[in-house]
Amino acid sequence: MALSKETVKYVADLSRIELEPEELETLSKQLEGVLAFIGKLNELDISDISPTSHILPVNNVLREDTAQRSLTPDKSLANAPQPCGNFFEVPKVIE
Amino acid sequence: MELFKLTASALLDKLSRKETTPEEIFKDLSQRIADTDNKVKAYVRLDQTKDRRPETIDYSLPSIVSKPLAGIPVSIKDNICTEGLNTECCSKILSGFNPPYDATVIKKLKESGAVIFPAKTNMDEFAFGSSTENSQFGPTHNPWDLDRVPGGSSGGSAAAIGADEAILALGSDTGGSIRQPAAFCGVVGLKPTYGRVSRFGLIAFASSLDQIGPLTKDVRDSALLMNVISGHDPMDSTSVDIPVPDYTKSLVNDIKGIKIGIPKEYFVEGMNPEVKTIVEEAINKLRSLGAGHKPVSLAHTDYAVPVYYILATAEASSNLARFDGVQYGLRAKTSKLIDMYKKTRGEGFGQEAKRRILLGTFALSHGYYDAYYLRALKVRTLIKQDFDRIFKDFDCIVTPTSPTPAFKIGEKSDDPLSMYLSDIYTISANLAGIPAISITCGYTKAGLPVGLQILAKPFAEETIFRVAHTYERNTEWHKVKPKL
Amino acid sequence: MSNYEPVIGLEVHVQLKTETKVFCGCSTKFGAEPNTQVCPVCLGFPGSLPVLNRKALEYSIKVGLALNCTVQGYTKFDRKHYYYPDLPKNYQISQYDLPISKDGFLDIEAGGKIKRVGITRAHLEEDAGKLIHNDGSSSVDFNRTGQPLLEIVSEPQIYSPEEAYEYLNSLKSIIRYLGVSDCDMEKGTLRCDANISVRETGTTGLGTKSEIKNLNSFKAVRDALGYEIERHIETLNAGEKIVQETRLWDEKNEQTISMRSKEEAKDYRYFPEPDLPPFIISKEKIEEIKKTLPELPKEKSVRFMNEYGLSEYDARILVADKQTADYAEIRLKGWPEMNRKPVANWLIGPLASTASALKIAVHEVKISPKDFLDLIDLTENKQVISNLSAKIVLEEMAKTGKSAMAVIQEKNLAQISDESSLEKEIDAAIQENPKVISDVKAGKTNSIMFLVGQVMKKTKGKANPKLVQDILKRRLSDAQ
Repeated sequence: MALSKETVKYVADLSRIELEPEELETLSKQLEGVLAFIGKLNELDISDISPTSHILPVNNVLREDTAQRSLTPDKSLANAPQPCGNFFEVPKVIE
Repeated sequence: MELFKLTASALLDKLSRKETTPEEIFKDLSQRIADTDNKVKAYVRLDQTKDRRPETIDYSLPSIVSKPLAGIPVSIKDNICTEGLNTECCSKILSGFNPPYDATVIKKLKESGAVIFPAKTNMDEFAFGSSTENSQFGPTHNPWDLDRVPGGSSGGSAAAIGADEAILALGSDTGGSIRQPAAFCGVVGLKPTYGRVSRFGLIAFASSLDQIGPLTKDVRDSALLMNVISGHDPMDSTSVDIPVPDYTKSLVNDIKGIKIGIPKEYFVEGMNPEVKTIVEEAINKLRSLGAGHKPVSLAHTDYAVPVYYILATAEASSNLARFDGVQYGLRAKTSKLIDMYKKTRGEGFGQEAKRRILLGTFALSHGYYDAYYLRALKVRTLIKQDFDRIFKDFDCIVTPTSPTPAFKIGEKSDDPLSMYLSDIYTISANLAGIPAISITCGYTKAGLPVGLQILAKPFAEETIFRVAHTYERNTEWHKVKPKL
Repeated sequence: MSNYEPVIGLEVHVQLKTETKVFCGCSTKFGAEPNTQVCPVCLGFPGSLPVLNRKALEYSIKVGLALNCTVQGYTKFDRKHYYYPDLPKNYQISQYDLPISKDGFLDIEAGGKIKRVGITRAHLEEDAGKLIHNDGSSSVDFNRTGQPLLEIVSEPQIYSPEEAYEYLNSLKSIIRYLGVSDCDMEKGTLRCDANISVRETGTTGLGTKSEIKNLNSFKAVRDALGYEIERHIETLNAGEKIVQETRLWDEKNEQTISMRSKEEAKDYRYFPEPDLPPFIISKEKIEEIKKTLPELPKEKSVRFMNEYGLSEYDARILVADKQTADYAEIRLKGWPEMNRKPVANWLIGPLASTASALKIAVHEVKISPKDFLDLIDLTENKQVISNLSAKIVLEEMAKTGKSAMAVIQEKNLAQISDESSLEKEIDAAIQENPKVISDVKAGKTNSIMFLVGQVMKKTKGKANPKLVQDILKRRLSDAQ
């Protein structure tokens, strides 16, 4: 299917990825090619087929409600780009 | 002493006879890497690990004797979390990420006495690729021909084994990322049954397809490693509670009566003639060893790649949504929050990552979900059913691992579709959740390895080991080493 | 009001009272230091995977059953994608098309009638973290991330702010009965968003709705809905259209404000959570859990009416809270007479007041059933003390744990029931109020109560008022 640049830009926004104009250009073309190829799936009649979301014949995996050890703040914040005391700091969220 | 050339089982033998020590092995291997990796570039961030030494374990303790991999170094792909050792998926966006926890497989390795090698192996960023060219650290070079790719995405681990720069290695396989590089680098690579090995600590690409698996010099080492890393994990809801057999017991030299299916869809007009010939010879060899084979049909083979590129990218787009600069990794310098997300991800992700995230997001988006994602889930059912049908009458399926031997660096990097199609033989196993191995079955005239893939039904790794080991015992391909 | 009627739907999030989070083993204890109840899983660190808390599933099923829902035999989780700093994975593990429970109902009392509000669904999901806004930056605390939330969605079958208020009360009551959540809006263990639209009275379609957030109490829900209904009506009457949008309730200024951020139609890109295999809930399991359900408010109310002869009104008040109901029941049972209304009155009236004065809950008042019933007996039957004194005695008993008689004696509150002791005061009352006497004699018999009041004043409330009244009546008629 044809993939307009607007659609790609929309999807990029949805994915929170900023694209340079050249990137947008190149990616649009490449994605269009991939989607055309993927269109091959339309050849199949899948009306009576159920989808496979989970390949394993496994169900009801549960865990008991008993507390486990948590990470200490220094461990959980060790990789934080902007730690502030015990918090993860981000640019102000405007509601 | 050239200990680095030996297999893990040979080293374990020497260790038990006190002919060497873990320190000696580690030193020898480190020297090999220092001598060779500037050419192969199998490892990343080596400079950060220069002075690292593995934990000192007292190998004279009796308790160590019971440890199956005591003293053996294992090299780990950069997408498996190792506490205290950077794990970055070879991506800018995870630069500097030092996990506060070990993946379950790493815990198991440590408990088995293995030594986690303190440098990670190279990979395509987030496992997106079939050539290890998508790494932020540059490509790994195939030890058999340094101008060629080692395959991907576990190209670093495969090349390290191939170049004797690793004794044992772990990789991950979502669409062939262990098997295809194993084939390109002339080593053994196994993708276990989905759910056989815990995914806890594996930085996810496609949650319903990913598996961690061994890359080794021979089939015996693969079985040794599988014994350690397999098993149910309460931290992974998709890991299966089925007992782990002793896979080394499957290492018999006997395949009499084994029924092999050869899918006709994998041997098509126009396939690489050398690959065709070499693989057909391997199949004949198996027959001469007592296995029977018949042609079979995996009717939906042609749909595997498109299904994969919807499902895998959709799951990837979701799994990678968390990389936003808030808690770890790269954070772009901005004043507004939304810019932080957009710029961090714009700067932090490489081109292939962006392509896949966009494709995956598109497939899940409103209005396209049914036509793409849901449709792909249904075709996945058809692909699984193809295999179920065949495994009713056959013990395993044998195919080439890759349509071509290793291609040149840069050859496919401008054509994503061409790159995707190189996964055509490996992808179906992930979609069906079945185990599959690649072992070397010959070399092209140019001296490049060719891989033979053996697939079996879920949790039948024992069958795979039996067939692979028998073939290996009766051939010499695995003993050939690249000239480095 | 007008030719428009409101149609309301409520989305309630209830935080389940499990020991640990829904997908990891971090503690859920309230009030911990920031980022101390976190782990790789609830922080969404790369490589982490969720595992469902068995209790959270059981509690969800319990609520579904208590709300008369059909509990699904096959249920699964889905990922709901959106980007926000308090959501570590930038997706929430929730349920989309196969929630644990659906198609239930809740009966509420509104305008003297029982009304049935449909419950569309109740599903389990994980909570997000907390954002604290500073000057120029925001801070994130992930302790709350991963706490188990049950989202309960009502059908748009609530037709007034009052009904909404009642719905929330009933829901809270039932869920607290189950012991699966505290449902405390102040602590955030119950949150509510409201959807409201209006339509021409008597029609059946639905108008354009607005969603209201930032509701921090049941009262706020009622007030905000009241405001929003008027705003809708005014807008429509002015010939304008309602914009479908999310609005915030501004408590201080008592109005709703539009969230000015450009609302892109949210594309959550739901798809089945690959890290969690689906759940099969067998009929046996459902029966097993059903058996563990306690007697719910409605049933208890009917039983109180039948067993203890209470009025519907009294029963409803006593059963609203389970602990209160249990406390009340022991005392009702202990009353030897068939007519238990005095006990009900005392629980609902004086005891509730005492609890309120001591800033505790009714069931926390430390007066044993025996002592409580003794006090009622002494007051109502034996008239040893007046009602007024009894309230003082009750409070003292609650504070000290002493018996009724002990307090009465200590404080010398025994009612004067001996005629001769009252002579003086009665004489004085008569002498001081000649006009009242002539009123009574003239036929205004009720004026006698004024004299009774005077005697009560003189005796500092200790005279037995009935006795005083009788004596006065006799004296005044004698004097005729």
